[in-house]
Amino acid sequence: MKNLNIMVVGVGGQGTLLTSRIIGKTALNDGFDVKLSEVHGMAQRGGSVVTFVRFGEKVFEPVVEEGDVDVLIAFERLEALRYLHYLKKDGVLIVNDCRIDPMTVVTGVAKYPENILDEVSSKRKTVVIDGLDIAKKLGNSKVLNSVVLGASAKYIGFSEDEWLDVLTKTVPPKTIDINKQAFLAGKNGK
Amino acid sequence: MKDKIIMLGNEAIARGVYEAGVKVSSAYPGTPSTEISENLAKYPEVYCEWAPNEKVALEVAIGASYSGVRSLACMKHVGLNVASDPLYTFAYTGVNGGSVIVVADDPGLASSQNEQDTRMIARSAHVPVLEPSDSMEAKEFTKFAFELSEKYDTPVILRTTTKLSHSQGIVELCDRVEVEDKVYERNVKKHVMMPGSAIGRHLVVEDRENRMAIDGEKFPVNKVELSDTKIGFITSGIPYLYVKEAFPNASVLKLGLVNPLPKKLIDDFMSKVEKVYVVEELEPVIEEQVKSWGYTVIGKEIFTKQGEYSANLIKNAILGVKSQCEDRATVPARPPILCPGCPHRSVFSVLNSLKIHAAGDIGCYTLGAVAPLNVIDTTVCMGASISTLHGIEKAKGKDYIKNWVAVIGDSTFLHTGINSLVNMVYNKSTGTVLILDNRTTGMTGHQEHAATGKTLKGEETYAIDLANLCSSIGVPNVITIDAFDVDGLKKTIKESVASDVLTVIIAKAPCALLKGNKFPYVCKAESDKCKKCGMCLKIGCPAITKQDDGTIKIDETMCNGCGLCINYCKFNAINKVER
Repeated sequence: MKNLNIMVVGVGGQGTLLTSRIIGKTALNDGFDVKLSEVHGMAQRGGSVVTFVRFGEKVFEPVVEEGDVDVLIAFERLEALRYLHYLKKDGVLIVNDCRIDPMTVVTGVAKYPENILDEVSSKRKTVVIDGLDIAKKLGNSKVLNSVVLGASAKYIGFSEDEWLDVLTKTVPPKTIDINKQAFLAGKNGK
Repeated sequence: MKDKIIMLGNEAIARGVYEAGVKVSSAYPGTPSTEISENLAKYPEVYCEWAPNEKVALEVAIGASYSGVRSLACMKHVGLNVASDPLYTFAYTGVNGGSVIVVADDPGLASSQNEQDTRMIARSAHVPVLEPSDSMEAKEFTKFAFELSEKYDTPVILRTTTKLSHSQGIVELCDRVEVEDKVYERNVKKHVMMPGSAIGRHLVVEDRENRMAIDGEKFPVNKVELSDTKIGFITSGIPYLYVKEAFPNASVLKLGLVNPLPKKLIDDFMSKVEKVYVVEELEPVIEEQVKSWGYTVIGKEIFTKQGEYSANLIKNAILGVKSQCEDRATVPARPPILCPGCPHRSVFSVLNSLKIHAAGDIGCYTLGAVAPLNVIDTTVCMGASISTLHGIEKAKGKDYIKNWVAVIGDSTFLHTGINSLVNMVYNKSTGTVLILDNRTTGMTGHQEHAATGKTLKGEETYAIDLANLCSSIGVPNVITIDAFDVDGLKKTIKESVASDVLTVIIAKAPCALLKGNKFPYVCKAESDKCKKCGMCLKIGCPAITKQDDGTIKIDETMCNGCGLCINYCKFNAINKVER
């Protein structure tokens, strides 16, 4: 099989790292070669954060080149637009409908672009989810990343059991049930 | 079957250290090296600690090695500058138990103040360097580094870069090998580096490096992949992966030993391949040596010395094409910022309102340099804030620094700031030093330090009292204040910069990201009271944004409840509400 290239983007602190790690572990359990590239340190402090997950028979580079991403998972609208050009023309974007103003917008130096969802949908196949709303309905806004992961799962592959197995082993023990619910809610789009 | 798991490069290095039977490790946190110690701390068989700085860490490793056990020190690239004093002489004395120094370079500056190349320091210190390409190699090369160290009686550097340290790959686990302690024997000629003995050791160093350059040909860490001999690459580390991705059919000489270079291997490769490119991030260390042997290779003529490489970058440079990316959107930048509830923001908002310049240091508070806080004027290296301010005073006189302070974090202060403060006391400074005491090493992800009361292993220990420390070295005026006491800070800072008495102000409040550190309420804006003055936006809190009608909104999921914004709203339009 050709390598599958996944890119997870968002704002530092949104949980993008955990999401990529769960994808990576699930791919490993399925017997694939896997590489993940992460961002630590200063960039994590509210900055634009990018992680890559690649899996297949043999993976060399831990990052993915522009135009080579199969699945782009964006935790925030502006970040979806920022990295959309990494996505293949026939790739799919899963975008969490959330707006976080960067400091350049807060200070008035720049304007937050309008109609991002229209723009990205016109360029690539796009799935929009209101992850925070779903997470809040479940009673914990922190499970946002499981919701987003659930929504992305069918474009990545693997069975529901495989996903839930890794999720169970990765999230804090007290939050296993709610994270499972969040994953399923994201997967079923509710 | 051996266990196969997915591991961060740094985690794999820690595993290699464990499997190699290492007994002692010392380090100071620094991106991208921090997770090595954090993971090593999970193995009860290995003693590991956070040292106050990298010089101390390496000296601890040296002591452990002399005593006969395998030892480790790890640091980021700029940490090696701090540790280079012991490093250069450790190369002379050699080891007893094997000793490895892991140094993590940061091409692309993910979280650093420069892009220096550790291989340059290693060359001048005559210390061998191994460079792995992925997590599995990171573990195996670490183990091999200890073997080399003992075989050639030398410290060995394992060089990693951000992309390796912070990428995950599959690793097969092995068991730990318990290595028997070497016998300690007093050996003045080898371990006491006074001129008489060092002269002799210098010859040993040279001989060793020559031998390793010859023996290196057989080291299993080097790999020759001959295929299409029209085009070939000499490369190492992470760039090897980019080369394989970009030119899967080319011949490759992958060097695991990057100092000294295994010359015969390179001679052989050069004789078989027509056109050879040297692909290495940062400095042309391999390239210049190969060229000095009379070979024609292509390197920095087409590849940059800056940043991280990629497969496309290599392809584009060689084929002379530009990758097409017609649909890249132009969007506002999103640089990193201080978190909601960060106590540094409170201090900076006060400095900003008093129009005070700050000589800055290394930590999250460097982010106070940018809009809207615009407080930090200088950032050079760990501890430099205090000495820089002293230098300004000595150059321009005490009145010149009446609108200046030095700003430094608690961990950075203990790292090397303390030396600079001793200098201020000794040489009659009148300046004001602000220690932003957030009870942790923040930017690298919350590591303990000598003033937190906990060790790397999580054990309780004595917590150095920063105020007492400053008083005991003779600082005449030491004030401790809550970092969120905006009015108190204003008054204290104003008075101390105006006075001619050396003052340390310890602004105390825990990092907003420390566990359990959320206030029991959130801030809420009342739009009918908001006069759209924008004062609250000047503190640069990411939870506060301006709505289309000009009134402000506070994101309740982001707000930490610190209440700093309330201090800056004259119209009582922001209130605290229960979470």
